[in-house]
Order: sequence, then structure tokens, then C-alpha cells
Amino acid sequence: MSTAAIGHYTSTGQDTRKIAFWTFIGSECMLFGTLIATYLSYEGKSVVGPTPQEILNIPLTSVSTFVLLMSSLAMVLALAAVMRGDTRYSKVWLATTAVLGAVFLVFQAFEFTQFVDEGLKISTNLFGSTFFVLTGCHGLHVLVGVIWLATLLIMSARGKLGPEKAMNVEIAGLYWHFVDVVWIVIFTVVYLIQRGPAA
Amino acid sequence: MATSAVSLEPAAHTEAHELSFLRKYIFSTDHKIIGIQFLLMSFVFLLFGGLMAMMMRWQLGFPDRPLPAGQLLPETMAPGGILLPEFYNSLVTMHGTIMVFFAIMPLLVGVFGNFLIPLKIGAPDMAFPRLNMASFWVAFSAGILMMAGFFVEGGHAAAGWTAYAPLSADPEWTGVSGGQQIWLLSIAILGLASIMGALNYITTVVNLRAPGMTWFRMPLSIWSLFITAILVLLAIPILSGAAIMLFFDQTIGTHFFDWTDGGQVILWQHLFWYFGHPEVYILILPAMGMVSDIIANGSRKPVFGYHSMVFALISIAFLGWVVWGHHMFQSGMNPTLGMTFMISTMIIAVPSAIKVFNWMGTMWRGNIRFHVPMLHAVGFVAMFVIGGLSGIFMASTPVDIYIHDTYFIVAHIHYVLFGGSLFAIFAAVTYWYPKMFGRMMNSTLGKIHFWLTFLFYNLTFFPMHDLGIAGHMRRIYDPSQYEFLQPLAPLNRFITVSALLLFTVQILFAVNFVMSWFNGKKAPENPWDANGLEWTVPSPPPHGNFAKVPTVYRGPYEYSSPLVEDDFLPQTRKLASDVDPAAAGL
Repeated sequence: MSTAAIGHYTSTGQDTRKIAFWTFIGSECMLFGTLIATYLSYEGKSVVGPTPQEILNIPLTSVSTFVLLMSSLAMVLALAAVMRGDTRYSKVWLATTAVLGAVFLVFQAFEFTQFVDEGLKISTNLFGSTFFVLTGCHGLHVLVGVIWLATLLIMSARGKLGPEKAMNVEIAGLYWHFVDVVWIVIFTVVYLIQRGPAA
Repeated sequence: MATSAVSLEPAAHTEAHELSFLRKYIFSTDHKIIGIQFLLMSFVFLLFGGLMAMMMRWQLGFPDRPLPAGQLLPETMAPGGILLPEFYNSLVTMHGTIMVFFAIMPLLVGVFGNFLIPLKIGAPDMAFPRLNMASFWVAFSAGILMMAGFFVEGGHAAAGWTAYAPLSADPEWTGVSGGQQIWLLSIAILGLASIMGALNYITTVVNLRAPGMTWFRMPLSIWSLFITAILVLLAIPILSGAAIMLFFDQTIGTHFFDWTDGGQVILWQHLFWYFGHPEVYILILPAMGMVSDIIANGSRKPVFGYHSMVFALISIAFLGWVVWGHHMFQSGMNPTLGMTFMISTMIIAVPSAIKVFNWMGTMWRGNIRFHVPMLHAVGFVAMFVIGGLSGIFMASTPVDIYIHDTYFIVAHIHYVLFGGSLFAIFAAVTYWYPKMFGRMMNSTLGKIHFWLTFLFYNLTFFPMHDLGIAGHMRRIYDPSQYEFLQPLAPLNRFITVSALLLFTVQILFAVNFVMSWFNGKKAPENPWDANGLEWTVPSPPPHGNFAKVPTVYRGPYEYSSPLVEDDFLPQTRKLASDVDPAAAGL
């Protein structure tokens, strides 16, 4: 994104990119809202199995959820390090965040292949369609986040991520926390609150 | 409003330095050029959409006669000049799609959002000029992709612009697969462009207003574009999500809208209209805002009830989210639920009526100047009233049972989208043309164009109410096949002739637009004696817009103010009694 507006008069005194990014998060909420609403309205409506009760592995996904939550902590520490100009810990925490995100993706890839092996494909039933599209869309967002963090890490390694660039990290952090919060909603709705077929 | 510690001096990059032709006019980051790019693109699509409408009208008026010049169409569309039913279905679908997504929406939001927002709030450009450029080129690519759909095997999408499942979900019903998939992809890509645009508009309005340009000193055009941008931001991702699901149904065998595996076709309707009703207001709110500016200017009076106009805009936008079910009364939904949607829909009549009465209050006892933009703006108000009233018919569930899916709804949508939005677009284009191109449009030609358009428009669309009440279904290929519709054939022919004339008189506008660009009288800075910030800079404004950051002392509608000799008082003119915004704590 261009930063032509920086240095101009602003009405609020806030960073323009930050306002834009909060706005963008509003848009993302509607996208995930659409997919989650679809998941909920089709829950328990599959004509054939496997059902969520048969196939979801809550302990495994709890571990990956924990990993993603910890990555948000690392993100906070990364921003703090960048803001105080600590190049060493900037790199450490940015790398930690990216690696934890990547670990989450590995968990998800493992989960997806396991489901396919057990007979749940995207075209198997409504559960497959709604589950893979919802969690896949989230996984894609995590992937974008990991790539974004990697570019920040490269900037940091080249010494181009000083405190004056903290806003770049803050915005990446906004995105990362958003993706994390969405996962908490998905984990709750899909894994923890399972509703069986309508009686 | 806190002022930051940032310097008030213009940034160095606004100093003129020559850009190459490519950077200046093609891959431009200047919001004014991008606005003009959107304008030219949308006019081309408006022409395409209009041509499709003419083909359909010919078929409805003269079902047994070959289309004039129909031989130019390939065999797969119109063998011997007679339209094929399948091609007619594609025309119905694409006329709606092109007009809604590639003509009216970019004309209102893409053109005037870009051109007006920075100029009217005193900003040098959009907050993110390169994102803005990307938004145009993504929208342009979506348009090319959409048109390419006509040339794939099986023809273009034929399930209607609403793409209802199961018609759209399975090629078994319409015989179309490739075309429908292209339609879905193009809509998703266009959605991306719209969201990029909306982010820019919102951020710019929130953060780049000049000193003294408080929220309640913003022109209603900017208020309406700001609120519209919020609707775009929140509504478009719903359509994108739904389009992706439908695309997966078509391509990789998901079951979202496939009832044989437990999916519900009605979910598509819910998702589509949950996007689609806010979309209706995306297509009318900017028109309302710009018309408010023009009517105040033409009446030489302040807008009557400025604050109530703002709150009416906000409440229409809010209520737009809770009425989507009124598109689905006949879908088999619970009648009690239908009742709630009926009531919420009726409530929208209140803020809409506030606006209409305020426009009339603005004109009341004004010193009216009937310049071309004013004529179109008044035409907008009149036509919007008719469209709004016919909307109440369909919002009433008992009446809707009778007129649902007839020509009554076709008449209604054209009264709000053509009589409403397009008249407002004519008003806005003629009003801001001098600022865009630095030339005046020919006023006599403009007035002739307005009166002929107004006449033939009403002759085309008003009789459609009658067709609908007589039971004429919409989207049918050949009304002569139904015995009960045969007595309506003369009315159908009358509408077709009127529509052809309506299309023809648009040549006047096209000629005026193109000729004035090259030969029009040079436009002064402020040809309409208006108050907005855009009229304080040269026509067309230079790159960066303002030589120095402007300071705003008052609202945009101080016409016939007793404080000054002139009958207008620009927002930036400092009177002895005015206080510096920073000192006033603004």
C-alpha cells in the first residue's frame, strides 16, 4: 500500500493505514460470518456420513489451537521489540510467530489428509463441503499471514525494520490477531459445540 | 477533532513533475483520472447493457420478426436474426448483471467516489492512490472476463442476474456451465475491486478532511458516498462468499445448494439478498446525495433539513440490512416472518419520505435556476417517488402474491435504477463535467436530451405496471405463446417503440459529451456559483488538487446568505466573523 497520505494533515491524528486496516477487518468479518452462518445452518443436515461426531479429533485440534494462541503472544512481543528498537528480539519473536503459524498449518494439513483417508472429502456430504470451505478459508488466511511475517522477518534481518517502521508490524499484528480470533470462533462453533442430526 | 502535529504544508510530491503518458493517463494514481477512467468504462458497459435491452425489447414487441441487423449475430445466438430462447435467457441475465455491477455501481461509486471525495473534503488525493489504481484495473479485468462469457461453449450465464440456485448450480437446468462459472469468477473479482475502493473512500473521509471540514460541514454527496462505502465494505464479501460456494458446487462437487444431498436452494436466496438489499441502497444513496448538492445549487437555498438528510441516509443504510426477506415472500418462507419483513420494509418509507420532502422544501420559494443538472435532479426526485410508491405495493405481502415476478417489478426496478440512479448520474455528469474536463457541455443540447429522455423513459416503463397487473410474467421469451397475454401485444409493441426511441435519444448525450470534450466552451473555476471546495480550484484541477491545504469555515449550502452580496458563500471564504478552525477547537 502506498503511503502518500503520510505526512499530510490528518483529521484524527491517527495513522491512515491503521484506520484502513481496521476497516478491512470489518469486511473480513462479513466473509467469515457468511461461511460460519452457512456451516451452522447445515449442521446435522448431511444425508450421509461421516458426521462431525465420528471424525473430529478435539484433543489434536486443541493442541493446534494452543499453538495459534501462543503465536499471538509472540506477535505482541515482536511488536514490543520492534518499537523499542531491539533488533535481536524483533527477529526472534517475528520468527517465532511465523513458525507457530506454520505449525498450525501443518496440523491442519495433517487433519485434512486424515479426514480424506477416513472418507470425508469436500464432495462427500454437506459437512465436508461446509467444513473444508470454512476451515480452508481460515487456513488460507493463516498462510497469507505467515508469508507476511516472513517478509517482515527479511526486512528485519536486513536492518530495515527500525522503530520508525513499527506501524508495519502493528498492522501485520492486527491481521494476525484477527485470524487468531476467527479461529477461536471456528474452533468453538465447529469442534466444541457439536449439534447432532435434528431429532 | 484533534489536529495532529503534522505540518500543514503540502507534501513535496504535489509539486508538478511531468509524468509519462502511460503513468499520467493509463496507470494513473490521480483520483481524478481514475474517476474519468471509471466513467469511460461504465459508459461502454452502459451501451452494452442498453443494446441487450434493445434486443430483448425487439423480441417482446415483435416476436415473429427477425431482429434488424440480427444477421450480424452468430448462429449460436440468433440464427436468421431470430433470437434463440437460450440466448434470450443470457440477455436477461447479462442486461441485469452489466447494468447493476458494471454500469450503475461504478458510475456512482467508482466515478464520483473517486472524483468528488478528495476534491470536496480538501484532500490532495485518496489515502492510498496505488490501491485506487489497482481497484480500477481489477474492476476493468472483471468486466473483460464478464464479456468473455458470451464466447464460451454453452453461452453466457442464463440464470438471471440473481443467479438463483438450482438454475445456476447445475448445468442440467439452463444448459450453461462455463458461462455461469465465468459469471461467478467475474463477480468475485469485481468484489475485490469494490472492497479496495471502499477501504480507500472510508479512510479518506475519516482521516483526510481539511481543517475545519467537520463531519457536519461535509456535503451530502460525501456523506452518501461515505455511507455507501460502508455498505460496499460489508455487503460485498457476503456475495463473494456465496459466489465462491456456488462456484465450488459447479466445479468440485460441493453440496451447498444441491438439494439431493441435503443442501438448500433457499440459502442462496438468503445470502444473495442479504448482500442484495444493501446493494439496492449502494445504487441509490450516492444518487440521493449528489442530487441534494445539485438541488441546493439550482434552488439557491440551503438544503432543507441538512441534519435530517444525514440521519435519513444513515437510517436507510441501517434498515437496508433487515429487509432482505421482502425479496423472498414467494419462496415458501413462514408468513409470520414475511410480516416482519413487510413491516421493516415499510419503515424505510419514513427516511425516504423525509428526503423527498426535504428536496421539495429546498426548492420551495427558491430562486430556481433550471440548468441541465437541475432538470435531471428534479427528474430524479419525481421518478424516485414513483419507484418508491410502487415499492410499497411489493412490500405488502398480500399484494406481492399477485404481482410477484411480473412486469410490475420490472417497472419498479427501472423507476428506481433508471428513473432514479441514472437521472441522478446524468445530473452529476453534467454538473461536474466542467470540473472533470475543463469544458462546458452544450446546454441547449442537454435540455433537449433531458426532455426527450424524460418523455420516452416514462412511455417505456410506466406501461410496464399495466403489463404486470395484467399478469405478464417477467423474463419470458415469447409472450405471444400465452393466450391470456395476446391482448397485451399492442402495449408490448408500444413499449418496444418507446424503448428504441429512448435508446436513440441517448445519442444526443453521447454527442454532447464527446463534442464538448474537444470543442466546448472553456469552463471557469466555478460555473455554477457553487460553494464546494472543488469549485475553488482550476477546471480541471492540477495533480494534488490544492496549492495549499484549504481551510473550511462553514457548511456547503450557504446560498443566498444575508452575510454577503453574492447569492453564494464558498466554504473556504473567510468572513470577518469567522474563527480559525484550530482556534475554534475543530
